[in-house]
Amino acid sequence: MPRETDEAAITAHNVTRRFGEFTAVDNVSLNIQRGCIYGFLGPNGSGKSTCIRTLCGLLEPSEGDVNVLGLEIPREAEALRLRIGYMTQKFSLYDDLSVQENLSFIGQIYGFNRRTVRSRSDELCDTYHLQPIRKQRVGSLSGGQKQRLALAAAVFHKPDLLFLDEPTSAVDPENRRHFWEKLFDLCDQGTTILVSSHYMDEAERCHRLAILNAGKLVAEGTPQQLMDDLGAQVVEVGGEHLRQVRQQLLDCPEVHSASQQGARLRVLVDNRVSDPAEFVRRSAELPDAELHLTHPSLEDVFVTVTTEASGQRNTGGSL
Amino acid sequence: MNVYRLLAIATKEFRQLGRDRLTFGMVVMIPLVQLLLFGFAINTNVRNIPVGVTDLSETTAGRLIAATAEATGVVDITHHYPTPQQAQKAIAAGEVSAVLVLPNDLSNRLVRGDVVGQWMVDGSDSLVSSALLGLANMPLDQLIPEPSAERHISQPTFATSIFYNPERRTAVNIVPGLVGVILTMTMIMFTSAAIVRERERGNMELLITTPVRPMELMLGKIIPYVVIGFIQTAIILQLGHWVFDVPISGGIIALCVITLVFIGASLTLGLILSTIAKTQLQAMQMTIFVLLPSILLSGFMFPYQAMPVAAQWVAEALPATHYMRLIRAVVLRDADLGQLTFDLCWLAAFTVVGLIIASLRFKKRLD
Repeated sequence: MPRETDEAAITAHNVTRRFGEFTAVDNVSLNIQRGCIYGFLGPNGSGKSTCIRTLCGLLEPSEGDVNVLGLEIPREAEALRLRIGYMTQKFSLYDDLSVQENLSFIGQIYGFNRRTVRSRSDELCDTYHLQPIRKQRVGSLSGGQKQRLALAAAVFHKPDLLFLDEPTSAVDPENRRHFWEKLFDLCDQGTTILVSSHYMDEAERCHRLAILNAGKLVAEGTPQQLMDDLGAQVVEVGGEHLRQVRQQLLDCPEVHSASQQGARLRVLVDNRVSDPAEFVRRSAELPDAELHLTHPSLEDVFVTVTTEASGQRNTGGSL
Repeated sequence: MNVYRLLAIATKEFRQLGRDRLTFGMVVMIPLVQLLLFGFAINTNVRNIPVGVTDLSETTAGRLIAATAEATGVVDITHHYPTPQQAQKAIAAGEVSAVLVLPNDLSNRLVRGDVVGQWMVDGSDSLVSSALLGLANMPLDQLIPEPSAERHISQPTFATSIFYNPERRTAVNIVPGLVGVILTMTMIMFTSAAIVRERERGNMELLITTPVRPMELMLGKIIPYVVIGFIQTAIILQLGHWVFDVPISGGIIALCVITLVFIGASLTLGLILSTIAKTQLQAMQMTIFVLLPSILLSGFMFPYQAMPVAAQWVAEALPATHYMRLIRAVVLRDADLGQLTFDLCWLAAFTVVGLIIASLRFKKRLD
């Protein structure tokens, strides 16, 4: 399948979703191209899941227009279901059925005949390394195995668009890496993937990212763009008594955040400060500490944009 | 509606049911235990009521009368009280349910043909007191060798002949009724939990992103329970036949038809509850809310005709009431389906309307 990078898979205009008084998604606009892996990054409760559910038609937007794969949502949600796959945050297949029984059930629900169900199951079990556990009950599987099965079930009908809601939250880093290999394979085959996460290493793998905070879209772009456009400079401080230094720095309004990473303190200083290293040396009264400027990471971006948006400094520990 | 999808859901439900040993055990154990328990325990022919005697006459005739009363089997003389006052206290204390007081002019009364004595009865249980009222007409003629001129053997006004259950055994009434009660309980309980369980375990979030239609999901979920309902009916009626000698007069086809419509009605009622309840606990509470009137108002325990009109309306709304009529008609009276169209149509209509309501209530949305 050719990559249709110029065509939008998802467009959303000013989408708002309220639950009673609470606004879970606040005036979010998105334009997601086909054939890419698009990431939703945000802290817990930032509206990632609500956003995904609204886009696949499980929730009706309170305001705004959503168009997915050329279908108007939620009006044409039923037609959309045949073309999307959805992997829920909580494992949602049946624990008391075997791997094969779960796959067959999903296949039959999508209306495939017996022969297709059989051959597609074989194919998926090979791709996702489910062959050895094919007859095992799902309740007894490990987190990584369950996750591979969930992905296999979500792509059974070869959807054009795949929604993954925090797919790797119960999985170790090794399995997480394998999982992402599979996602890139799917992407190569032309599937557009929308994935939510709060892991920085996962976010860095996405082609494009949207950072959500308290229901608002606070930053959008490729990971590289986001890091380049960071509104702060990063100073690394080495030395002793870093806890005290951190407290001192956090009292300065120009400091966005300061978090300790082992024997170093990572300080984000506002762009308006012309010489950040000197500024830190002065503010923290560190005449002979080891100080140097460094490249911002995605985590720095994340901390900065979520801090700016909520109008308060991140005084918490390291992420 | 896609039959293939419907079967996929039913197959999945069957598999899960087969692997849930507790539920599967209940399917068999509930009818078994309840049949034996109720079949033996429930008896409206009251016998062996503990009573006392206050014989002020202290004559042979008095002892004979007391012995005759005991010989009916209705009462057991467990106490003797010297005075009526003491006897009354014993009734208040619950020692005995009634006391027979025989006055000291008993012999004269016997000769005159007067009332020979008095039963003082604790009326707090109406079944017990009506059994004792039956003793009021206990014949005494065999006590008196030469019947006096005034005393004549009274002729009953009516002759009665009792059809279908001439020995008036309670089990004959209880066992078919029990089918209705047990089906109400298990069918509503299992299905009301069915949808809620998927929601609680998170399966629903996946299911609603698939092309499955609400009606397919609803029907697919109830098909396995229809089979279970038939298994339970077979257990109860067969065991009732063997253990309690309950006749099964009606045809098997009529029995299957009425049971099918009732199972359908109960299952859809369960499905409607399932779309209302948020947790399995709530589903269980709602099941009990339906179950209790189904036992007490359906005619299972107390005759429908004896209820006030308002209660009869409530009873009419319960599927169990209609099934009680149907199954007793078919099992005991060998009635034709043609004679039972009202109740049959009512249950069938209930099923169809219920399925539509449940499907409409079930939204493929999370909000």
